[in-house]
Amino acid sequence: MKQHNLHGSVLAVLFLAFFVMPEYHDGVFARIMVLAVYAVGYNLLFGYTGLLSLGHALFFATGMYGLALPMQHLDMGPVPAFLTGLAAAAMMSLAVGFLALRTTGVAFMIVTLMFAQAGFLTILYFGEYTRGDEGFVIQQADRMIAGLDFSDPTTRYFAAFCIFAAAFLFIAWLMRTSFGKCLVAIRENEDRARMLGYDVQLHKLLSITLSGVISGASGAAYAFLFGYAGATFASVQYSILPLLWVLLGGAGTTIGPLIGTAFAFYLVDFSSEITDAHLLVVGAAIVLLTLFAPQGLAGELRRRLFAWLP
Amino acid sequence: MTLLSTQGLTKSFGGLHAVRNVDFNLPEGQIRALIGPNGAGKSTFVGTVIGRLRASSGDVLFDGRSISHLPAHRRIGLGIAYTFQITSVFERLSVHENVALGVRRSGGSDTETEPRVRQALSRTGLLDRADSHAGDLSYGHQRLLEIAMGLGQNPRLFIMDEPTQGLSESEIAEFKSLIRSLAGDTTILLIEHNMNVVMETADIVTVLNFGEVLAEGSPAEIRADRLVQDAYFGTVSGA
Repeated sequence: MKQHNLHGSVLAVLFLAFFVMPEYHDGVFARIMVLAVYAVGYNLLFGYTGLLSLGHALFFATGMYGLALPMQHLDMGPVPAFLTGLAAAAMMSLAVGFLALRTTGVAFMIVTLMFAQAGFLTILYFGEYTRGDEGFVIQQADRMIAGLDFSDPTTRYFAAFCIFAAAFLFIAWLMRTSFGKCLVAIRENEDRARMLGYDVQLHKLLSITLSGVISGASGAAYAFLFGYAGATFASVQYSILPLLWVLLGGAGTTIGPLIGTAFAFYLVDFSSEITDAHLLVVGAAIVLLTLFAPQGLAGELRRRLFAWLP
Repeated sequence: MTLLSTQGLTKSFGGLHAVRNVDFNLPEGQIRALIGPNGAGKSTFVGTVIGRLRASSGDVLFDGRSISHLPAHRRIGLGIAYTFQITSVFERLSVHENVALGVRRSGGSDTETEPRVRQALSRTGLLDRADSHAGDLSYGHQRLLEIAMGLGQNPRLFIMDEPTQGLSESEIAEFKSLIRSLAGDTTILLIEHNMNVVMETADIVTVLNFGEVLAEGSPAEIRADRLVQDAYFGTVSGA
């Protein structure tokens, strides 16, 4: 019950925040919510299943280009293009999972990293269509669904809110099912889970696929709402970012991804105001958090105050 | 009826035959103890039965069907539970969740699985610790939790690898009465070093030595067997 209240409250705050916050922060929060979806997807694999991937930018970018390329080159409408993005991310993560899950631990990290690099280079190689690093803009005229203009800040905020709410509630639900609990069991003690009769490989494969689809949804929504797709989003940096957000917010918690993403955004925002060396501030904050809240912000709250925190 | 049997089961590591050509039959409902000196191949034998290790040759049959080609989780899905020799529980999860994971695997809603979880916990005396983290339990209680995880699965065959290792005398006494209470419901294959436990709980004892079956019989017969005494108790023939 507490969990339902918490999830309801988080969403209510995000919904109402739009009417209270200054316009600038509405824009920032639209971006945070879309990217928090990416962190939610990453958290499913890393926080709940215990698999550290360094190649999630591949899934994010697959969703992004899965939407943007058909819209750009085939004049596909946004809704089918979004579904294409999801389907592409699903296939990509299924294929990568099928191969990468033959490895474990450090090898899994390296293999996922290599796949993502291959994806990044592929995007550059097909620069004729993808425009490579430069990327391309999705015209405002194309960013319309049923008469609604998704480049408008209000529409964009609530579109971001809806997609975040969907991912957030999906994970909250999933982790209460026996499938979700088995993922946690695999994270905690893989051999024991297997010897209780669970098909560990299959659960991992489904986890990486779901994680890839959610990450891809974030990428597709990002391209659509902010009107841009570029190869930067497939680079290593974008594989590290969700890891960072989840670590900051609290791996294996439902609200951690949102907290971590928002925290990281505002940390950069705040520190760029006071110094050019804003990455120094970010680095110091990460070091402090690692020292004093190794389980992330939500993880630390759970440890100290609210043991029931999901 | 035979529930578990092996035919010519062999497991080699390089040139070492850890298990050599073992024919083994375990009738349904029996409590069977598997004993033997250190390095006799007991854990390797059950490892190949359960599928944690791949047999070099030979066949494992469960309920009349060959299961040699199945991965471990599928064999467990057929109704075999297994407890680890070295305690292996989900330390950061609650005692309740540890057992529930085993119960839930066979399906059913929370309202259906909950009574089975509580029953397994109360039979092992862990009910009042259900909300503790498994890692906070004493070693002896973690051993009992392993057994509770097995019981929760309602197994047709329950394989326990040295369940009394590290238990106190009073815990061993409770364990023996627990095993006796299971007699008839579940078939049990017990690897055990504590001869006291073996003599008091087992219907039949199988002795392994150098990966081969050395003797098989009732506890009294095994105790009287000269070969077993030589191999296991270290007495010298004719001495």
